[in-house]
Amino acid sequence: MSERPFTSTSFQQYLAEHRLMATRCGTCGALHLPPRPLCPSCFGEAISWEEMSGSGHLKAFTTIHIAPTAMIEAGYGRNNPYCTGVVELDEGPAISAQILGVDASHPQGIAVGIRLSVTFVERGQGDGRHTLLGFQPAVG
Amino acid sequence: MRAKKLNRGVALVGAGMSRFGAFPADTTRDLFVQAFREMRASVDKGLDPRGIEAIYIGNYSSDLFEGQGHTAPLMADWIGLASRPATRVEDACASSGVALRQGILAIASGLYDMVLVGGIEKMTNLPTERVTDTLATAGDVLYEIPAGFTFPGFYAAIATAYMARYGASPESFMKVGLKNHENGALNPKAQFGATIRTMMDRRIASAKAKGRPMPTWEDEMAFLHDDNANPVIAWPMRLFDCSPISDGAAAALLVAEDLADSFSDVPIHIIGSGQASDCALHDRPDLTTIASARLAGEQAYQMAGVRPADIKIAEVHDCFTIAEIVATEDLGFFAPGEGWKAAEEGVTGRGGRRPINSSGGLKSKGHPVGASGIGQVVEIWHQMRGEAGERQLPNSVDLALTHNVGGTGQTCAVHIYERRR
Ligand SMILES: [Zn+2]
Repeated sequence: MSERPFTSTSFQQYLAEHRLMATRCGTCGALHLPPRPLCPSCFGEAISWEEMSGSGHLKAFTTIHIAPTAMIEAGYGRNNPYCTGVVELDEGPAISAQILGVDASHPQGIAVGIRLSVTFVERGQGDGRHTLLGFQPAVG
Repeated sequence: MRAKKLNRGVALVGAGMSRFGAFPADTTRDLFVQAFREMRASVDKGLDPRGIEAIYIGNYSSDLFEGQGHTAPLMADWIGLASRPATRVEDACASSGVALRQGILAIASGLYDMVLVGGIEKMTNLPTERVTDTLATAGDVLYEIPAGFTFPGFYAAIATAYMARYGASPESFMKVGLKNHENGALNPKAQFGATIRTMMDRRIASAKAKGRPMPTWEDEMAFLHDDNANPVIAWPMRLFDCSPISDGAAAALLVAEDLADSFSDVPIHIIGSGQASDCALHDRPDLTTIASARLAGEQAYQMAGVRPADIKIAEVHDCFTIAEIVATEDLGFFAPGEGWKAAEEGVTGRGGRRPINSSGGLKSKGHPVGASGIGQVVEIWHQMRGEAGERQLPNSVDLALTHNVGGTGQTCAVHIYERRR
């Protein structure tokens, strides 16, 4: 099976298939998320895709009240804040993602370190429809 | 590793800035000419602009803010120097800190003896959402922005990581805002030329005049905790934790060190310069520090042959209050996790042991992003020459530092300055 190119387009296609994919360097073994076509750890070019378990923990977060245009279009803003953060996966790499299933109106109740699992968020209509990476508190 | 040295010395012999604020009637060109004129007037022995051989202009995004690209030659033309090589430098909010470094390198190389460096930004034409979107493009638009991150959001995330590790609280950040507004109240160029107390009293007076219910804030901290008076932008960053949306320009004149005396009675020697870059925030192992600032700082200290404890005054990049606390640790003024305590204890005030942002910082002075780096140089210039008026530090300022960050630290430029007489 030939690998998909190590691009953001491929990453996005995988997200649409509800798969969180990182790249593994065949030279030094480093794992990278977002995917990298050239290993930033050793400059190696022997790269392959690897699927992540989707489990991790919250490394940093914020609840956003003054939202960018795309999030305003999704229904967020001053009266409906959302939580976004940096999630460190159990496999090691960390990524930015919206954090769902938490009360963004009460940020004091959200804690760095909580366990999270991946979720896939469908947004937009028609041609603008796309899948975004999200995380939510892990159950159990 | 051998300390990197400049091939020849470089001196600052003039500096000036426009007011920072919202100026609907002025474009970047008008603001830059204002900055240039003030810079020209600051050159003790006079400046014939024809001697300027090259121009470096920091500008983040006139393209998106004003619909004007290719800004450097325009600025050159508007000060009568259309033929000079004029180069725009873009490193987000560190654009003019890096333009300064390019000017230094150009003189140190021996190619030019006299270089103009500047910074410009005109942000207030756009509504807040579009400014938010434009600033966000300094992050990674493929992997950070789709997550919903905004610029206040990035620094808010740094703040939550910092609070979780070191025990700081939102009140720690508010203390930085209070201090910077106190300093900015003494700076005629500042966007907010008022203390938080003054702004609070104005609101009470306005409510009284309009016959509205009078707010009952006991003190400034109560005001800062009020969700209406100080709304959350990206928790824990509230309005008074964030630098404003600003218009402004700044300019500085650099010459080869051996020419300094023919321009200035009190030249300021630039003895250290450092610059480093970094990856997106999520890819960094430690979110409580900005690695590029540590690296740029180390380079500048090494080149200058000085230690953090030697620095008398620093202008650091307080785009958000948490950023000032992290900066004071990254630059070695305080140990990791100690910066918030220093802020709470008043150590960083004008009368403190380690004065930070005597200008009011970006928080109070304003943050026209591409102009902020040279704006910091203007404050250092005044403080080192004893020309800072009401906000002049009590002790002699013979060694100073500026720290200018782009994005969340994808860029940082640090410079060290010395007065020798
Ligand atoms: Zn590798």
